[in-house]
Amino acid sequence: MSQRGIEEEREGDVGPGLELEGQEDTTRGLRSYLIGFALAVALTAASFWAVRTHAIYGPGVSIALITLAIAQMGIHLVFFLHITTGPDNTNNVLALIFGVLIVCLVVFGSLWIMTNLNHNMMPMKMLMDMQR
Amino acid sequence: MSVISSFSPVDPNHLGHDNLSLGTEWAAPGRGEGGPASKSVIVSFGFWIFLLSDIVMFSAFFAAFQVVAGNAADMAPSFDLSNVAIETGCLLLSSFLCGVASLCANRRRLLGTEIFLLLTGVLGAVFLTLEIREFVGLIQQHQGPADGAYYSAFFALVGCHGLHVTVGLLWLGTMMAQIFTKGFRHDVIRRLTCFSLFWHALDIVWVAIFSLVYLMRFTP
Repeated sequence: MSQRGIEEEREGDVGPGLELEGQEDTTRGLRSYLIGFALAVALTAASFWAVRTHAIYGPGVSIALITLAIAQMGIHLVFFLHITTGPDNTNNVLALIFGVLIVCLVVFGSLWIMTNLNHNMMPMKMLMDMQR
Repeated sequence: MSVISSFSPVDPNHLGHDNLSLGTEWAAPGRGEGGPASKSVIVSFGFWIFLLSDIVMFSAFFAAFQVVAGNAADMAPSFDLSNVAIETGCLLLSSFLCGVASLCANRRRLLGTEIFLLLTGVLGAVFLTLEIREFVGLIQQHQGPADGAYYSAFFALVGCHGLHVTVGLLWLGTMMAQIFTKGFRHDVIRRLTCFSLFWHALDIVWVAIFSLVYLMRFTP
């Protein structure tokens, strides 16, 4: 009995990916998926176009790829996972921000440390000579 | 509303209530005032945390790959871009159809849900087949996971994503069977929500893979 009571109460927080039920919510949900799908296809096509064309300044292509990838991840989060900035989504967004923080720490921290090590390491030949 | 909910059987000991302000209380589950949040919210939020931790794990593989790829760029094979494009299209369409399936499930349409889940699974299987074909081709050219640091990192990262897709397909089959035999029970719906979150998150990881692993190889 109490189980039912919980299921029906939908005020307050909303979990990620939870749609509301009902006719107009279904059309709204479908529209959201369609918009997301169209934008994702456009961004994917832009990524594949960016590496084939010569219209973009060479060293800028990788930056374009990273930007397009981040944009597409945002599209997926908003339109497919339904993460919004609304007050009912505070917990989801906080968890997401924490996750992004850890991802950035791991990726950029590793790259930073490894480039630094690379820089400071003696060339292999010198190292070999010293060990003689 | 406020008085009724303060005596709700859900929270008999008023653990989640501010008992001093019964009159001004407002329903705010999860913020310590309206009692515990509904089970579907708790389950999908918990699964969201799992997905984020899974993405953190992927980020470690990405970091390893980036470090190795930066130092052994000449080792990289010439990837087949059209194969990657087809894989990307399959996974993206599959993710979209999974969303449509969850919309059908919300309206309790059995046939629509099963059909869209089946299409989701077929596209996922096509993706997996293309990926395995690519892996087999690489291994046959002596570019397998044991043939150098670049390939170890490549197979660990992309293979881990492929493993997730495989597990997702098994889960998808289970969900189709459960919906068919048990109907749209609350627990089955919650599992389906978790599955669709999982499937969308795999697509997010794939966006990073096709951009950073494959397309980056073709930058001038």
